[in-house]
Amino acid sequence: MRKDVLAAPIRAVRRLRRRGPTSTNGNPIDSPLVRPSGMGPRDLVNEAVAGLFARPGRTILTVLGTVIGLAALVATLGLSRTAGNRIVGRFDELAATEVVVTPKPSAASSATQTLPWDAPERLSRLNGVVAVGNMTILKLDGRLVASSVISDPQNPTAFKLTVAAASPGLFAAVRADLNTGRILDAGDSNRSERVAVLGPTAAQRLGITRIDQLPAITIGDDIYLVIGILDGVARQADLLGAVIIPEGTARTYYRLDSPGQVVIETAIGAAQLISGQVPNALRPDNPRSLKVVSPPEPQRVRDNVKNDLNLLFLILGAVSLLVGAIGIANVTLVSVIERTGEIGLRRAIGASRRHIAQQFLIESSAMGFVGGVLGASLGTLVVVGVSAYQSWTPVLDPGVPFLAPVIGGLTGLVSGAYPAIRASRLAPVDALRSGT
Amino acid sequence: MTPVIELTDLGKQFDTDPPVDALADVNLRVDSGDWLAIVGPSGSGKSTLLNIIGCLDSHSTGSYRFDGIEVADLSDRQRAGLRCRGIGFVFQSFHLLSQRSVTENVMLSEVYRKAPWRDRKARAEEALEKVGLQHRATFMPTRLSGGERQRVAIARALMGSPRLLLCDEPTGNLDSATTGAVLELFAELNRQGMTIVMITHEHDVADRAGRKVRIVDGRLTETPL
Repeated sequence: MRKDVLAAPIRAVRRLRRRGPTSTNGNPIDSPLVRPSGMGPRDLVNEAVAGLFARPGRTILTVLGTVIGLAALVATLGLSRTAGNRIVGRFDELAATEVVVTPKPSAASSATQTLPWDAPERLSRLNGVVAVGNMTILKLDGRLVASSVISDPQNPTAFKLTVAAASPGLFAAVRADLNTGRILDAGDSNRSERVAVLGPTAAQRLGITRIDQLPAITIGDDIYLVIGILDGVARQADLLGAVIIPEGTARTYYRLDSPGQVVIETAIGAAQLISGQVPNALRPDNPRSLKVVSPPEPQRVRDNVKNDLNLLFLILGAVSLLVGAIGIANVTLVSVIERTGEIGLRRAIGASRRHIAQQFLIESSAMGFVGGVLGASLGTLVVVGVSAYQSWTPVLDPGVPFLAPVIGGLTGLVSGAYPAIRASRLAPVDALRSGT
Repeated sequence: MTPVIELTDLGKQFDTDPPVDALADVNLRVDSGDWLAIVGPSGSGKSTLLNIIGCLDSHSTGSYRFDGIEVADLSDRQRAGLRCRGIGFVFQSFHLLSQRSVTENVMLSEVYRKAPWRDRKARAEEALEKVGLQHRATFMPTRLSGGERQRVAIARALMGSPRLLLCDEPTGNLDSATTGAVLELFAELNRQGMTIVMITHEHDVADRAGRKVRIVDGRLTETPL
């Protein structure tokens, strides 16, 4: 034990004595003969390159494992980013900016109204709300909608159509396009005017295409003046086949208790925030009585995609990288055995153990590095190729192709460590006698 | 004048069980310009001695001075420096790199010397001229005859003008005609002042040298000519 503790300092002292300026034997230390041998950078590179190109076929096959491994890694990372980008891209702006508020069914059964009439005013004060409107599908109790007062039993002109009550802001909130006429405004609602705007499908069924002759329709026995026809709506497709009347009119003539739902258009990115604020803004007394439907969080979807798609390929890439590393280690070891004579020669012409180890390490790291460069290129091509085939936009983290050669080089370095140590430990004499 | 090689009571033990005395009480002095042949049967300690003289292995007892420098005091890296600047090696199996041309093989000699790249090719060609192979400079070693290969190896050893040319069975792989030519080259180099130590088991090869020592069972005896 004591001997072990002392061994290291004793060795250090011996080393010092050998290198000390005053040698016990009076050696001329400044003699150029005993200057340590060394390699210039150009010689280092030259010898490593020569070693790699001595057997180009074998080097290529050896590098292949690393190429495949790193190509798989780069392609997987690239394709997952690309696919992730694609899915995020599919969250078009329309879906991502829509929030719909409805009373919860259980709450609706209670006598108290759950959505306030002034919901649009309350919500439009929130930062991030672009447009907001109430929309209520009316219960018609069997009443039909007709464009003609004449009942013709053979050719029915009365239809079962949806009748919706809309607050003025709804048209903006659903991004309604007007074909002709005008939309319902606040005045219509306040005065409970009997006017209506038709969705395009409803207008077609009722046979109304223009409003310059002041067409009228009947809902049950009540006559309504058609003041506008819509071209389409971006949301709430129910409105396409509906007759839309002012909210005030509906409250007067249909004894509406409360709005059926509130449709909100938010600024991009504000949907999550708004949906959190809406219950408190509308029902500070009972925020839980409301159901808020908002778009799913994009981040979560992207995470799901990553988990599903990538794990297998990442494992595949790691395994091929491991196989590549073993390949490099194996070939370097074979090469050390084959080049025993060369190693002996190099020792004789002035290489120290360190130089020999260095040479094999550089060769194996260079193989790994080249494998990394080729793998990164191949992986990038795969990403671009698949994206081109699928009409996606290729997305690749710019660091990935540059990191791949570094990983490859490190793989080569680690793989070459054992063979390099073996090579450096060869006794030069035996190496020289081994022939070749 | 300092001798190139001075061995005093040199011994070498191998750490086997029981320890083997590979060399014992070796005393040898090689002066500049000497041509010494070391002969002996296989297993006599010839190659052990060659390794020690070539600074490829260290001795156990006694002293070895190369050009006045005590080799035992040198670090591993200093010994490597001594090998690449002070000693030119010639081997039985040539040890030419088969993927490199004759000139490139000779240029290899300067790789560990931190020598500049400038004029390295010219220096290699100069060395090739000394062995009479300048017309083979661009050939690959595989296209050369055995004698020519050995002369390339000698050119590699000569590059950088070492103090000592250390040869291990230099004619072991050659036929008698080329052996004669290579020995003639050694004689010429020796006449120009090159110190040569040559290990061989062929007595007619050894007879060409100026001095001859015999080694049997690790002990050295000088045989007068």
